Amino acid sequence: MEFCKAAKTECDKIIAKYPEKRAAMLPVLYLAEKEFGHISPEVEKYVGKLLDVPPVKVHEVMTFYTLIAAKPRGKYHFQICRGLSCDLKGCVKIIDYLSEKLGLSSDETSDDLMYTFTPVECLAACETAPMMQLNEDYYGNLTKEKIDDILKENS
Amino acid sequence: MSEKIISKFFDIEDSHTIEIYEKHGGYETIRKVLKQWTPEQIIEEVSNANLRGLGGAGFPAGRKWSFIPKDSPKPKYLVINADESEPGTFKDRYVIDHYTHGLFEGIMIASYAIGAHKAFIYIRGEYIRQTERLVEQIEAAYEKGYLGKGIFGSKFDLDLIVHRGAGAYICGEETALLESLEGKKGWPRMKPPFPAIEGAFHSPTIVNNVETLAYVPTIIKNGADSFANLGSERNGGLRLYSISGHVKNPGVYELPMGIPLREIIYEHAGGLENGNGIKAVIPGGSSSPILTPNEIDVNMDFDSLAAIGSMLGSAGIIVMDDSTCMVRALYVVTRFYHHESCGQCTPCREGTGWAEKVLKRILDGAGRPEDVDNLVEIADNIIGNTICPLGDAAALPIQSYVKKFREEFEYHVREGKCDVKGQ
Repeated sequence: MEFCKAAKTECDKIIAKYPEKRAAMLPVLYLAEKEFGHISPEVEKYVGKLLDVPPVKVHEVMTFYTLIAAKPRGKYHFQICRGLSCDLKGCVKIIDYLSEKLGLSSDETSDDLMYTFTPVECLAACETAPMMQLNEDYYGNLTKEKIDDILKENS
Repeated sequence: MSEKIISKFFDIEDSHTIEIYEKHGGYETIRKVLKQWTPEQIIEEVSNANLRGLGGAGFPAGRKWSFIPKDSPKPKYLVINADESEPGTFKDRYVIDHYTHGLFEGIMIASYAIGAHKAFIYIRGEYIRQTERLVEQIEAAYEKGYLGKGIFGSKFDLDLIVHRGAGAYICGEETALLESLEGKKGWPRMKPPFPAIEGAFHSPTIVNNVETLAYVPTIIKNGADSFANLGSERNGGLRLYSISGHVKNPGVYELPMGIPLREIIYEHAGGLENGNGIKAVIPGGSSSPILTPNEIDVNMDFDSLAAIGSMLGSAGIIVMDDSTCMVRALYVVTRFYHHESCGQCTPCREGTGWAEKVLKRILDGAGRPEDVDNLVEIADNIIGNTICPLGDAAALPIQSYVKKFREEFEYHVREGKCDVKGQ
């Protein structure tokens, strides 16, 4: 298990930005996620080696934060907000609808690795409630019809 | 039409680019600062402007900067808190998207004032597009010589690095943020030492919110008094209010510090949808004690809200109309704090989970007669007993919702259902 040459160069560049190697933990984990798909125990070990920390310190970070994938995720990752402003604007119905459409319960990934469904806490876009994040982008003012359209575009 | 500083860039096309920013007078101030100002003069000007910490704590920004020890041989760091996560708050996203270089200019001035040659922007992990924007615009600034060695042809060096978080509300707390920046899990540190003495990498560090720094160029450009006079006593300038919930026009509004809450809701956010009445308002992010309709004439500044037992916090306003079930609202808020409790301190780790469970069973019609008092007792046992303010942030809503809407909670427990129409 090792980065390809380009990723290794990128990794060295990241580490050089910080006064201490370990500070590059999150950016290097993001890079490893991009390269290997998710952070397996082997990847944790490798990242630990790159940053001169024991693997357990990488594992500790992996279990603390929610965004970096510890297991394979779908090509389309739906993170739908269940925060207070979204709740006031009826997100429960939208969350149930999306869950039903995808055939997935909370935190599940489809067998074909196409979809992952995660209800999440506030995504800081309450002005567009109810809203969600699909991969990099935010989608707001969600309705069932809008969910249908988004699913059509992303399949 | 009241004055706008940051939000006037929201509607300008490509306002995030150097070219457009400079067309509107951008980067003139830092050029002058590097030639004519001493760091002490800047700190004094920012202090006199009554600029408060707009992440939510409201600490006077100039005073914070003055805590950096002058004789320390260690490097100094500026860390910009862009981990915007307090539910109901979304203003910093607008600053990053539309006033990118205004933020950078504020970072440059602050770095010069505290003697930092390295600054880190810690941005929440979900803001992927905003991270891309920052990275791209930082590269553009390096190319122009506005960042790096000898910025703007001066002898002052400054590197600016974007550090993306990974989904943890707690990392918005400044010492948890520093732990996270150092590559660890985000567990808040005991204070003292305060970050200004020992922050990132054991070195003197100032942590400032995005919005706070974005106001700095204007303060230096137009003078402390002109900024201070825009706001109220001891609360200088304007503020970006985020407003959401049951209002007609949710969004970010840049208005004076100290403006009445009622005016923001009815004149700027268009009042309530469907002509409904107000049941309750959160004035400053979900952790701030809730207000009832007869309290919304309060002035939106740190001191006025503290005086009525709430807080201005992040100025994230959430309006709830009279169809809102307060038990459900508190449940959603408490579920959030339970989910985000970092687990370090027992009262917060256990208390938030316990409160969430109690609220869930009340909602499910299985509440017990002692539950309402239990909720208050749980909150009382969290407050003041944790290392960081997350514990208080979870407990304050519980105390205030139960105190102000006690009958509704008791009805739920007694009847096993909600007495609010439409629920």
